[in-house]
Amino acid sequence: MKKQNLVVIGNGMAGARAVEEILARGGGEIFQISMFGDEPYGNYNRILLSNVLNGSQEESEIFLNPLDWYRDNNITLHAGVRAETILRKSKVVLADDGTGEPYDKLIIATGSSSFIPPIEGLYASDGSYKEGLFVFRSIDDCREIAAYAQDRGRAVVIGGGLLGLEAARGLQKFGLEVEVVQRVGHLMNQQLDPQAGAILKSTIEKMGIRVHVNANATRALGTERVEGLVFEDGRTLSCDLVVVAAGIRPNIEIAKRSGLAVERAIVVDNQLRSISDPNIYVVGECAQHRGAVYGLVAPLWEQARVLADHITGANPNAAYHGSKVATKLKVMGVEMAAMGVSEPQDERDEIVQFTEPRKGTYKKLIIRDGRLIGAILLGDISKAAYLTQAFDREAALPEDRLALLFDLGTPSKQVTVEEMPPDMQICNCNGVSKGALVASVKSGKKSPRAVMETTRAGMGCGSCRKLVTEVVEWACGGQVEEDPSIHYYVPGVPLTKPELIKACKEQNLKSVSQVFRALAGGKEDPASKPGLASLLATIWADEYQPESDARFINERIHANIQKDATFSVVPRMPGGVTNPEQLRRIADVAEKYKVPMVKLTGGQRIDLLGIRKEDLPNVWRDLDMPSGHAYGKTYRTCKSCVGTEFCRFGLGDSTSLAIRIEDLLKGLDSPHKMKMATAGCPRNCSEALVKDFGVVAVEGGKWEIYIGGAAGSHVRKGDLLCTVASENDVLKYLSRFVQYYRENGKYLERAYGFVERMGIEKIRAIVVNDEEGIGERLENDLARCSAAYRDPWKNLLNAPGPNRFNSLLTVIQ
Amino acid sequence: MREITIAPLSAIPAGEGRNFEIAGRKLAIFHTRAGAVFATGAECPHRKGPLADGLVGGSVVICPLHNWKFDLASGKPLLGDCPIETYPARLNEKQQIVVSLP
Ligand code: SRM
Ligand SMILES: Cc1cc2nc3c(=O)[nH]c(=O)nc-3n(C[C@H](O)[C@H](O)[C@H](O)COP(=O)(O)OP(=O)(O)OC[C@H]3O[C@@H](n4cnc5c(N)ncnc54)[C@H](O)[C@@H]3O)c2cc1C
Ligand code: SF4
Ligand code: FES
Repeated sequence: MKKQNLVVIGNGMAGARAVEEILARGGGEIFQISMFGDEPYGNYNRILLSNVLNGSQEESEIFLNPLDWYRDNNITLHAGVRAETILRKSKVVLADDGTGEPYDKLIIATGSSSFIPPIEGLYASDGSYKEGLFVFRSIDDCREIAAYAQDRGRAVVIGGGLLGLEAARGLQKFGLEVEVVQRVGHLMNQQLDPQAGAILKSTIEKMGIRVHVNANATRALGTERVEGLVFEDGRTLSCDLVVVAAGIRPNIEIAKRSGLAVERAIVVDNQLRSISDPNIYVVGECAQHRGAVYGLVAPLWEQARVLADHITGANPNAAYHGSKVATKLKVMGVEMAAMGVSEPQDERDEIVQFTEPRKGTYKKLIIRDGRLIGAILLGDISKAAYLTQAFDREAALPEDRLALLFDLGTPSKQVTVEEMPPDMQICNCNGVSKGALVASVKSGKKSPRAVMETTRAGMGCGSCRKLVTEVVEWACGGQVEEDPSIHYYVPGVPLTKPELIKACKEQNLKSVSQVFRALAGGKEDPASKPGLASLLATIWADEYQPESDARFINERIHANIQKDATFSVVPRMPGGVTNPEQLRRIADVAEKYKVPMVKLTGGQRIDLLGIRKEDLPNVWRDLDMPSGHAYGKTYRTCKSCVGTEFCRFGLGDSTSLAIRIEDLLKGLDSPHKMKMATAGCPRNCSEALVKDFGVVAVEGGKWEIYIGGAAGSHVRKGDLLCTVASENDVLKYLSRFVQYYRENGKYLERAYGFVERMGIEKIRAIVVNDEEGIGERLENDLARCSAAYRDPWKNLLNAPGPNRFNSLLTVIQ
Repeated sequence: MREITIAPLSAIPAGEGRNFEIAGRKLAIFHTRAGAVFATGAECPHRKGPLADGLVGGSVVICPLHNWKFDLASGKPLLGDCPIETYPARLNEKQQIVVSLP
C-alpha cells in the first residue's frame, strides 16, 4: 500500500511529541512524514531553557530529538524553514524557501510567541526590537540574552509570572542587578492569591531580586537601545536590558490565512481536528479545545496521545476531554506548586489554609464536595505529589483535613503509588506517565535505571527520580531486579570486586589488556579501563604492569586537564608546609612559562593552572618537586594545622604527623580520592572531622581517629573509629583502614559512602579489633604498595613514551 | 580523495590517540589495541574537548572533558547529540598510517 503523506508544521514539543506517538503506533508504516520547523534545530525541551539561562544545564543537554532521530525514523525535516501557507484545496503546504509539501493529513503545531505588551518605544525605526530588548522563548533567545548580558549593570524583567521569575533568577547568573515589574498587584497572579503572591515576593526579594507590583510600563527610554522604562504612575527605572515575559500568544496566522476557524487559537474538536477541516489536526499551544488554550506541557502530551490514536486508527474512538493543569515553579530556592483555582468560587467551597509568612510557608486548599478544586503550596511542597493526584482524579479527600497539609499519617506511600491513575504524569520534563513506566516494567525492564533509560523519565531536571523509582519498585511488586552491573566492580567485566580480585590473582593478570582478554571475552570497554588499572595497582603493587592507555588522561600525563585542554600542575607540599626556596622556584616557573593563574588550593598547596601540554616536562624539571597527585583517583593530601610547633593550644604535633601520613600514602591508587587531615586540638582548624580520614589530638597525648567524613558535594561528620595513644598507632590503623577500603570499595566510591555502606561497627571490628585476623596482612600490603611508589613526574621525564607531550604532530614526508 | 601518509604506526602507543596537522586540518588519529587505525576531527563537538586525549576501547572513544562517547568508525555519538567527522585511515605495507582526505 502506498504511504500517505503526513506533514507537520512546527517542530516544537507538541509537534515532535505527536510524531513520536504516531511512530509508536506503527505510523511509520502508514505515513511518509515531513516536518517544518522554523528553528534550525531538532526538537528540544523548552521547559529546560530556564536551566540553560541560569547555567545549571548545557544547551546540548536539553535536546529531545536531535537531528539524527529524524534521519533514523525516515522523517524529512525542513529545519530552519517556515511554513507560510496551506493550500487546502490542493492539499499542499508552501514554505518560505519555496518548498511545497503535498499532504493527505496535516498537523499544525506552531506553538506560541511571546506577547509584547503595547509599550511605546520598544521598536527601532525598521520595526525590529530595539537593542537590549529580549523575549524568552527559544534557544536563540537564551543565546542572545547571554551574549548581551555580559558586563551589564541592570536588567528588568517585564512580567511576574512563571516565566518572568525563572528569567529573573537566570539573569542573576550574569552578575546583573535584576528587577521584576508586574502589572497587577501580586506575583504569579494566574496561579496565586494575593496573600501567596506577597509571600512569594518577599522570598524572591530575599534572593536579591527587586519586585515592583502595580507597575504598568507604558514607555521605553533610549533612542538606539533600551535604557529604561517609564510607568503609568510616573515612576521610572533605568536599565541596560529588558526581558519581556508577559505572556504568550498562539501562532495562528497560518491557520487564519487558510480559512480555518480561529478564536484565541485554532478551534478543534475532541479528536484534535480543526472544526473546519477533518484532514487537519492541531496540537499544543496553538489549539483551542472547549474554549481552553493551554500554556503548559502536560496537556499537550495528552493531546498528542489522542491525536496519534485517532490519526493512525489505533483507537478511532479516542477523545480528548481537556486537561487539569498544575504548575511548579522551577526557581532555585523557591518551592512552589499550584493547581486549579486560587480562590473559592462560591459559598459551597471550603478553604483549608495555613500561613507562616516569616518562613515563607503558605498552604491553601479549595475543596468542593469533598474534592480538591484548587491548591497553592509555597515553601513546603512535600504534599504536592499527593495533592496533584487527588486534584487530577477528583478523588474523595480524607476527612482529616489537617492531614492534607502536613504529614501526619496520610495514606502510606504504597497506597499512594497504587492509587495513582495510570495516566498520571510522573516525569514532567519528558511527559512520562505512571502507565508508561508500568508498561516499561512489563516489557522486561526491571530496574529503575533501565526504565529511566528507555522511557527517558527522570532524564530532564531530575526532580522526579525518587518518584519514578517508587513507581518502578511498586510495579515490580517488590521484585526489583537490580541492574546486575551495579554489583560489578566496573561495568565492562561481569564480576564483583572480590571475584575480580580472585580471578586476577589466580590467573596472574597484571595488566588491563590481560584482564579484558581473560575475563571479558576480549571486549574492551573504555569506561572500565581506569577502574581496572587502579585495582591492579592495588593488588600487584610493584608487579603491576602499567599501560598508559588504560588511564584517564590526567593519570596518563600526571596533570589535571582543563576546559581548554591545558593542564594544571600541583607539586607536593606535605602538610601544607613550604619554604622560601620552593616558593622562589615556583615563582620562577610561573614567570618563565607565563602561567595564567597561580592559586592556593583548598588542599593547602599551590596550583599552577593553564599550562600547555608541551611545557609540562620542562615545568616539572624546573620545579624539581614531586607530583602532588592533585588529579588522580588516589591519595590527595593531608591537611594540617600548625599544632604544637607554634600554636598556644596545640596538644599534638599535627604537622609532622601529616607529613608522615603523606609519606606513607603518596600517590596510592584507590577507589576514589582520599583526603586526610590532622588537627592539633579539638578546635579542628584543619577540618579533620569532615575528611576521609581525620585525626584530632586530645588531652593526654592521645589522638582520635575519624573516618568517612565529607564536606564536598556531601557533608558528613566522620565516625569515631577509635582513640589511640601514639602516632605509630595512628599510622597502623590508617594503613589497615586504607588498604581495606582499597580492596573493598567500589570504583568511584568515596570513603564516606564506603563507611556508610559497611557500617562503622564492621570496620572497627576488622581494623581495630582485628576480628578477621587480617590486620597485619593489610598493613603489609599497604606498605608494599607504598614502597613501590615512584614520583610519576620523574618517571615520565625518563620514559615519556611516543609523542606523549605533543599536542599537535606534523606529517612525515 | 587524496591519500596522505602521516606517520609510522609506532608514533602512537596502542590504545591511544594523537593529534596531527594534515593539509591544514587538525585530525585525531587513533591506534587501537586491536591494531586498527582511525582518523577523526580533533575536537569534540560538545565543548571542543581534545578527543585524542580520550579513553579508547574497541572502536569507541570517550571525550576526556564530559564523557561524550563516539564510534570511531562511523563517527556516530553513543552518548551525546552530534557526530564527529571521520576519515578513511589504513596502514600501508610499511606499517605507516595513511589517511584519505576529500
Ligand atoms: C584545585 C581545587 C580547588 C581550589 O582551587 O582550591 C580543586 C579542584 C577540583 N576539584 Fe575539588 N578541588 C580542590 C579541593 C577540594 C576540596 C577541599 C579539600 O581538599 O580539602 C573538596 C572537599 C573535600 C572532599 O573532597 O571531600 C573538593 C571536592 C571536590 C569534589 C566533590 C567530591 C565529593 O565526593 O564530595 C569533586 C568532584 C569529584 O571528585 O567527583 C572535585 C573535583 C575537582 C576537580 C578535579 C574537577 C575536575 O575533575 O576537573 C577540580 C579540578 C580543577 C582543575 O582544573 O584543576 N572536588 N575539592 C582544590 C585542590 C586541592 C588540592 O590541593 O588537591
Ligand atoms: C522558558 C520556558 C519555561 C517553561 N517552563 C515550563 C514548565 O516548567 N512547565 C510547563 O508545563 N511548561 C513550561 N513552559 C511552556 C512549554 O514550553 C510550552 O507549553 C510547550 O513548549 C508548548 O509546545 P508547542 O509545541 O505547542 O510549542 P513550541 O514548543 O513553541 O513549538 C512550536 C514550534 O513551531 C515552530 N513554528 C511556529 N510557526 C511555524 C511555521 N509557520 N513554520 C514552521 N515552524 C513554525 C516554532 O518555531 C516552534 O519551534 C515553558 C516555556 C518556556 C519558554
Ligand atoms: S568547586 Fe571544584 S569542581 Fe567546582 S568549579 Fe570549583 S574547582 Fe571546579
Ligand atoms: S567537550 Fe567532549 S564531552 Fe564535553
